[in-house]
Amino acid sequence: MWRYVVRRLIQIVPVFLGTTLLIYTLVFALPGDPVKALAGDKPLPASVLHALHERYNLDDPFVVQYGKYLGNLLTGNFGETYTGQSVASLMADRWTVTAQLAGTAWIFEMIVGIGLGVYAGLRHGRLGDTAVLGLTTLLISVPTFVVGYTAQLLFGLKLEWFPTAGTQDGWPVSYLLPGIVLGSFGLAYVARLTRTSLAENLRADYVRTATAKGMSRVRVIVRHTLRNSLIPVITYLGVDLGNLMAGSIVIEGIFNLPGIGQQVFQSIQLKEGPVVVGITTFLVLIYLLANLIVDILYGFLDPRIRYD
Amino acid sequence: MTETAEATATATAGGDVGGRRASLWGDAWLELRRRPLFWVAAALLAFMVVLALFPSLFTDLGPNKGCVLSSSKGGSTAGHPFGFDTQGCDLFSQVVHGARPTILIGLAVTVGSLVISIVFGTLAGFYGGLLDSVIARITDIFFGLPFVLGATVILVAFPDHGVGAMCLVLVVLGWTTMTRIMRSQVISVKSMDYVRAARALGAGDLRIMFRHILPNAIAPVFVVSMLNVGQVIAYEATLDYLGVGLQYPTVSWGLQLNVAQDYFTDFPHLLVFPALFLSVTVLSFIMLGDVLRDALDPRMR
Repeated sequence: MWRYVVRRLIQIVPVFLGTTLLIYTLVFALPGDPVKALAGDKPLPASVLHALHERYNLDDPFVVQYGKYLGNLLTGNFGETYTGQSVASLMADRWTVTAQLAGTAWIFEMIVGIGLGVYAGLRHGRLGDTAVLGLTTLLISVPTFVVGYTAQLLFGLKLEWFPTAGTQDGWPVSYLLPGIVLGSFGLAYVARLTRTSLAENLRADYVRTATAKGMSRVRVIVRHTLRNSLIPVITYLGVDLGNLMAGSIVIEGIFNLPGIGQQVFQSIQLKEGPVVVGITTFLVLIYLLANLIVDILYGFLDPRIRYD
Repeated sequence: MTETAEATATATAGGDVGGRRASLWGDAWLELRRRPLFWVAAALLAFMVVLALFPSLFTDLGPNKGCVLSSSKGGSTAGHPFGFDTQGCDLFSQVVHGARPTILIGLAVTVGSLVISIVFGTLAGFYGGLLDSVIARITDIFFGLPFVLGATVILVAFPDHGVGAMCLVLVVLGWTTMTRIMRSQVISVKSMDYVRAARALGAGDLRIMFRHILPNAIAPVFVVSMLNVGQVIAYEATLDYLGVGLQYPTVSWGLQLNVAQDYFTDFPHLLVFPALFLSVTVLSFIMLGDVLRDALDPRMR
């Protein structure tokens, strides 16, 4: 078990290095001088330009820049923006918004998705099942940003059930509509996975045995079938947490939520390398750790799986 | 549509290659033929492909042509069923012309990713060892990279991009899932008796890979690639919408939605029509993938 965890943690290292290198290379390739872009129309004096280049290692060759960045990162220093703000504090401000958004979406897709999936799985092949399948296909097909605008127009502006944009009303009110929209795509997958897996397991021999022993239908479904059926669903939910954080780029733009998604999109336009690399690294780390936790959870959920 | 034709061709032509392959695709076709959903999806896609190939059948106007600024954002009138866009162009004709780049990108990216995933997946699964580890780590790197974020950075770094560059970016970020599926399929097929038999008869690596493993391992990847076309189209539209994808004067549904975002509260038709065509296209590919999976997966019969 522990050997497995250690091996997985070691595997994360090259992936982490590769991802930061990839993003750093891309940001390095962004055209234009970020310091000049910062100054706008008025040209900076040569001495100021030189000092700023010195401060942000902009004159170093690429490999040296990356090395220095990585060195700082290992000591917990995410660097600073070209306006002198620390990237770590910038991310800390923005992070809570995205975490609340992704969390709302996650809880929504988990509860409603599993609920719909169980309902459809128990009515396999009947009308309710077909309805859930149709609904989920529709949710997968309509791009998230279209869902976002439509929901904003319909439920925010016309019906006024939810605030239209911004975070003035705090969690959960301000995050409900964006969360539901962000979670709608994952909801469809969760529902379909639960449905397929439940329908398949309900035909298993041990379920028939349990029913034959005279157990109540509820107990057979909850204790004997659902627990097994949820294993693929949990895998998906774990992986999707990372997707939800990244998907915030689109949703935070539509609903004007000041999270890391909105920040990273602005920073790409402003060529703020340290912010882009910092946020991406952070997202990739969350994704990798979520995957690791899911893989370890497997062992507890399904005793047939052994790590060696 | 072309994929369907291809699958049928494989099913009939595959008859003399090996019994299992012929029956798998042949059975799948028999199963597909009975499903109304398959015909609905195929008909919708055929319509979209005709739109993309021959827009002149539906509209006399060229892309961005015949625009009168005074009718900007105007509603539906006689001869202009969808109304007008912000530039005063006939929205119906603009939506018709939007089909080509969208469908082209969706198909090209999927074919590109499919080729990469077949090559990488087969090599990794067949040889294992160091090669497998290296490919697995490269896959991990690209898989962990958030899609929209990665694509945005690349596209901003190379501002003058057209349809070709968009395809390249989407392939670079989109080959990982299929590669993983292909790899695990190859591993499970590799230990089959008929592969050992071929090996015992003295077949070389290449022959085993192409004649014995590939035909038997490809079905799940093929299904995922069909679902992938829809995903790619949705991603492309998202990047257009964010303003980092295709640029004017290219006409695409994503760009139309990008323009619509500032006006849709007062002029919902700007949002509704491109979104409808986009969603129906994505929906058709996903429905096609779904019925194909059901047809190819004997467990669910």
